[in-house]
Amino acid sequence: MSFAIAGSLDEALAALAVGARPIAGGTDLVVGARQGKAPLPASLVAIDRLDELAHIESRDRGIRIGAMVTHSQLMIDQMIVSGYTALADAAALVGSPSTRNIGTLGGNVMNASPAMDTGAPLMVLGAVAQLRSARGSRTVELSDLWTGPGQTSAETEELCVAIDLPPRPARSGSAYVRLEYRRAMEIAIVGAAASVTLADDGTILGGAVALSAVAPTIIEVDDAGALMTGHLPDAAAAAVATAASDVARPISDLRASDTYRRHTVGVMAARAVDAAARRAAGEEIGVPVNRAIGVGASR
Amino acid sequence: MTEPITLTVNGLDYPVDVDMGRNLLSVLRTEIGLTGTKEGCDDSECGACMVLLDDQPVNSCSYLALQAQGKSVTTIEGVMPADGLHAIQRSLLEEGGVQCGFCTPGIIMSTRALLDGNPSPSEEEIRIGLSGNLCRCTGYAKILAAVIRTASDN
Repeated sequence: MSFAIAGSLDEALAALAVGARPIAGGTDLVVGARQGKAPLPASLVAIDRLDELAHIESRDRGIRIGAMVTHSQLMIDQMIVSGYTALADAAALVGSPSTRNIGTLGGNVMNASPAMDTGAPLMVLGAVAQLRSARGSRTVELSDLWTGPGQTSAETEELCVAIDLPPRPARSGSAYVRLEYRRAMEIAIVGAAASVTLADDGTILGGAVALSAVAPTIIEVDDAGALMTGHLPDAAAAAVATAASDVARPISDLRASDTYRRHTVGVMAARAVDAAARRAAGEEIGVPVNRAIGVGASR
Repeated sequence: MTEPITLTVNGLDYPVDVDMGRNLLSVLRTEIGLTGTKEGCDDSECGACMVLLDDQPVNSCSYLALQAQGKSVTTIEGVMPADGLHAIQRSLLEEGGVQCGFCTPGIIMSTRALLDGNPSPSEEEIRIGLSGNLCRCTGYAKILAAVIRTASDN
C-alpha cells in the first residue's frame, strides 16, 4: 500500500507509469471501496493539488477545461454557463454541494458511468479528451474513450488532463435534462443533452443529441442532426423523441424498468431540444434546466 | 501499514498515524477525539459527517484522511465559540430545528459554508445548500426557518 501527493503533473505521470492509480476528489473511488464494489488500489497518487489542471481556459479554437475543475466551478463559470450551458446544467445536478466541491470533471469522465451527467453534454458539444502519460499524449473522441460501464480505452498509465471543447457557432444553445425522482442526491434515471444551432428564420440549422443511462455507455442519437435540420424546434423535438427511444438499449434495475426508461428518454430528449432551441433564440433559462422549469423539466 | 501525518483541525495541528484506506471521519472521531462529527450512512448520502475542508463542505466519511494533509479541516467543535453558541446553533434551537440532533452538526457545517459564501441566500439557495444533509425528524421546515433567521440576523 502506498499513497503519494503529486506536486507536479510529471510526478503524477511517473507514479502512474509504475502502477499507481490516480485519486482526485475520491467521490467515486472511496465510496466504491467502502461499499465493497472494488477495493482501493494498492498504490494511489493524489492529483487534486495539480493547479495546472484546475483551470478553464479560452483558447484559439474553443476552450480547455482542466481535468481537476470541479462541478462547483463548472456550474457557475461564465464561459461554461453562457456558451456550453448543457455542461453547467449537468454539473449543477451532480450529487450534493459537498460532492460537487471535490468531484472533478476528469473524474466523472474517466469513471465512465453510463449514468454520468456530464457525459451527454460533452458529447453534443463536441468534446475530446486529452490523455497524457510519461510516454506522450493523445487526443481521444469520447465515443472511443467510453467502452462499457466503468470501462475506458485509456491505458492504466494514462491520465486524463483536460477536456477540449470547440467554439460555439452563433445562435447556438444547449441543455441537459434529467429524469429524477428527487431533487438532490440523485442519479439519472435517464438523461438527455441537446445542442442546437438556429437559422435566421428560426428553423434548426444543425445540432446533436446524446443520452444518459440507457446503454452501457453514453450514446449519441446519430441521426438527430439530420432529423432536426430544416425544422422548427417543436417538430424537431418530436422527431428526436422517437429516435431517442428507438436507439435506447436500457436495462431494468431498482430505479426503473427498461420500458419506462425507453419511453422517458424520448421525453427528456424532446425537452432538451426545446430548452436548447429557446436558449439559442436568446431566452434566458437558468442553470440547471431541471430547476429552472421544473423537476425533470416538465413545463 | 500506517503513515505518520499531520492534520490541521480547527486551527490545531494533530500528529496521527493512519493507514491508506482510513477515512477522515474515523480519524477525527477515534484518533483526535472530536466526536461531534457523526457517521450516518458511510456513503456520502446523509451529510451527518459533513466537515469543512478549506472552507468547503465535504463528506468526511468518503474522504481519505491522507488526502487532508496540508488542508484546513473545520469540524462542529471549531464552529462553536468559547463563550456560547454560534448564531446558527441559536437559531436552530429557537426555531425547533433540532429533534434527535444526530444530523445537526452536519446541518450546521453546510449552513456555515453557505452563509459564509452568500450571507443573504434565497429559500431556494438554502434548500440547495442543505441538499446533502438528511434529517429524519424535523421534516426540514424548521431547519429552513432557522437558516432564514440566521441570515436575516446577520
